[in-house]
Formats: sequence, structure tokens, C-alpha cells
Amino acid sequence: MQTARASRLSLALFTLLLSGCSNNNLKWYVVSPFTEQGQANLKFLIGGTKDTLLMSLLALVISIVVGLLIAIPGIARNRPLRSTNVIYVELVRAIPLLPLILWVYYGLPDIAGIQLDYFWAGVFALALSDSAFEAEIFRAGIQSIPRGQSEAARTVGLNYVQTMRYVVLPQAIRRILPALGNQFAYMVKMSALVSVIGLQELTRRANELIVTEYRALEIYTVLIVEYLIIILIIGQGVRWLERKMGSDEFNAGR
Amino acid sequence: MTTDTAVSMRQVNKWFGTFHVLKDIDLDVRHGERVVVCGPSGSGKSTLVRCINQLETHEKGSIEISGHSIIPGRRGRKAANLIRTEVGMVFQQFNLFPHLTVIQNLTLGPMKALGLTQSEADARAMDYLERVHIPEQAEKKPAQLSGGQQQRVAIARALCMEPRIMLFDEPTSALDPEMIAEVLDVMIELAEEGTTMIVVTHEMGFARKAADTMVFMDEGRIVEQDKPDTFFSSPKTPRCRQFLQQILQH
Repeated sequence: MQTARASRLSLALFTLLLSGCSNNNLKWYVVSPFTEQGQANLKFLIGGTKDTLLMSLLALVISIVVGLLIAIPGIARNRPLRSTNVIYVELVRAIPLLPLILWVYYGLPDIAGIQLDYFWAGVFALALSDSAFEAEIFRAGIQSIPRGQSEAARTVGLNYVQTMRYVVLPQAIRRILPALGNQFAYMVKMSALVSVIGLQELTRRANELIVTEYRALEIYTVLIVEYLIIILIIGQGVRWLERKMGSDEFNAGR
Repeated sequence: MTTDTAVSMRQVNKWFGTFHVLKDIDLDVRHGERVVVCGPSGSGKSTLVRCINQLETHEKGSIEISGHSIIPGRRGRKAANLIRTEVGMVFQQFNLFPHLTVIQNLTLGPMKALGLTQSEADARAMDYLERVHIPEQAEKKPAQLSGGQQQRVAIARALCMEPRIMLFDEPTSALDPEMIAEVLDVMIELAEEGTTMIVVTHEMGFARKAADTMVFMDEGRIVEQDKPDTFFSSPKTPRCRQFLQQILQH
């Protein structure tokens, strides 16, 4: 059954590729940088980069701050404190992003009288959704630092906040950088969902262009390449940051 | 209590869950006294030392450090923070901060907890790095140092707080044999300067040279407490005699 489906799928893919190569069904000129029409279309498509990037970046910063604030009670000895962490993480993690975006945009005005515009509704929904994941990443990072580190900090007179700020978090953040990079890439991709409420980010623009040009495959291909380029750049940025902070250098000693 | 007393423990009891780790501990340490604590593993020696600076909290009894008393409970925790600036600690695993340079390891506590300025803290740190004979390593990261050097940095880090009491929890147990001597030498120098020290160790050579008082623990109790010469020449309890025979054989 599985193999049958797989072979059917690969057959379909094969025909798709073949049709792309042999026939002239694909009309790449709609997105060609060498025609006037293509240039205009590309400019329109790429114009969404700013909203996609800015929205993801703002959501990331907010979710990191909130995630850290949620993670701290998660490592407390105090049980009620710990359960606030568990409840937040379990609840927020369980909300699917698309309904959350719709709920924030269409539901908040009714329930709280808050009408956010497309952009801030997107930022809010992305940040809220992601904060639960960031909280778990931070908790794992903090817990991976040996207890002796905070004990040593306490013995040189640091209080809890100072111990976290100067000893535990700087080490934890180096360890969780790859995971944070993951979340950022994920966030950029998930920001496509905000197109449903009307924000003219990358995906929305692609959909709008398809309505006038009727060339879905070509335009979606450009769209995917746009995301690919953004995420490749983010990946390089995170690697650069890892090197700069010496993630691997100091871990090697222990 | 006279101000001459550095540490005074009365009927201290501690449990880990149902395991009774410390049983009715009574211990007095004078300022300037060097106490060596030994005993088989699991006898509660580390826990005893960790209770003195309240890395572990005790459930019953009282601990008094230079006149501040710690009673179990919430108020005890407040006192604990105060006491930690007066009690220095050296760990078996060094526990240096790997993301900071050697000198940053030394200046963190004095700057954040004692409020020294950067230049005051730097001067003090270099002073103590010279005392442990590694001023030239100040700008390195801990991972670039040998185990013995790391432990000497850890000693200097504790000294930088200028504590009234120094605690050592098996400071040479994680070291390669050829590095033990350099750490013990530093500790002997400290002892000769009159530092109040409580040292958990199996290094009996160090104990003979530096200790004023020997404490032998077994199964959570202080079984024997004596001056080193009588302690080594004529242990009173059979358990202590057996332990000494075993570790002095090699």
C-alpha cells in the first residue's frame, strides 16, 4: 500500500518535471527579470519581504523575552510556581497557529474591544504561539548548566538574579543558539499564515499576483525561493553568532 | 558565644528524603583553627561542609557563623546570603565559570556582591592570583588551564571575597596525582597565614602538616575528634582505626 502510493507519487512528480522540461507549458516570462512585465511582477513579489522579516523579527524578540520569563518559574523549587510554567506551556503549545491568527484578528475586537491591524495581529499571534516553545528551549538550556555553576556563584555572594544574569544565562544562551536559530527559521515560514487575514507579506502578494497572471507554479516557485534565501541568510547569521560567542570553544574544555 | 568562635554547630540534623545524612552534629571551630574532616564516602562530610555555607539546608539544630545564627526555615535563607560573603568555598570539581576569563572569575563576586569598582577588584584579583602563583594566566579561559591551575584559580576566587572561613570539599580528589602537590602547597601556605579552614580530604600528609584538629565521620556522625598526633597514633574507635589503616597503607 505504502509502496504503491509512493510509486504513484514519484510518477506524478516525474511527469511534472518532464512537462516542465519538454513542453513550453511553463511561462517563466511572468517572473523574468529580463522583461518589463516580469520586472514589475518580481518587484511586487519581493516587496513583501519587509513585512515578512519585520513581523518575524519582532515576534521572535517578544517570544524570547516572554519565553524566558515563563521558563524561570519552570525551574523553581516552589511547586505552584512550577505549575504556572507547565499550564502556560501546555495551553499555548496546543493552540494551532492559523486559528490563533484568525482568533486574534477577528476575535479580540469582540472579546476585548482591541482591533489590531494586520501586522500587529500577526506579530501578536506569532509571538504568543512561539513563546511556549522558547520557554521550553530556555528551560532545557538552563537545566543543562551543571548545578555546581550556580552553587559557585552563590558562594561568591551573588544573589539569585545575579547568578542567573552573570553565570547561568550567558552559558545557557550559547548552548541554545542553534535551537533559537531553528525557531527563527520556523517563524519566518509560519508568518506566511498571516496572509489569510490580509497582510501583504510574501505569500499574500504571490496569491494576489496569481489572480491576475494565472501562473501559479512559476509564482509559487519564486515565493519558495524567496523564503529559501531569507532562511539561508538567517542560518549563516546564527552560525556567525555561534562562532562569535565561542559556543564550541569553551565547551570543548569540559 | 564569644567572637573567637568561627563556626558553632549544635545538634545539627539533616535528611535527604528518608536518608538521615547528618546525625546530632556538634562542632566548634575557632578563628584561625584548621580542621580536617575525613571518613568513608557517604559518611556525610561533604554535606557537613555544605551546611556551613547553606548550600544544603539543615532540618534541625542550629549553626552559628561568626555570630550570625542560621535556624532552619525561611528566615534562615536570608541569613544564608549574608553568611556566604563570609564563607569561601572550594569545590571538588572547581566549578569555575567557563565563559569568563580567569580574572573575570575572580572579580565577579567582589564587584557584584561587595560593590568594588573594576580597578579595585582587578587589583585584588591580581594580588590573590600571585598568592596562588599564576598571575600570568589572568587573561586565559579556564578550559586552557590544567586541573591544578584551575583549582588554584578556584581558591583565589574564594579568597577574593576575603572570607573569614575557607571551606574545602575534597579539593584534590578530581586532580591527576602530579597536580595534587601544587594545590596542597597553596593550602599549606594559607594555613600558615592563619586562615580558618575546614577541609574535607583524604590527603593525610596535608592533615599531619596543617591540621589543628582531626574529625572522623562515619554514617552521619562525628565519631572521633582529636589533635592530629593522638588521632593518628592512637585512634580510639575501631572504625576509625580500620579506616586509617586502609588509607595509610598506600
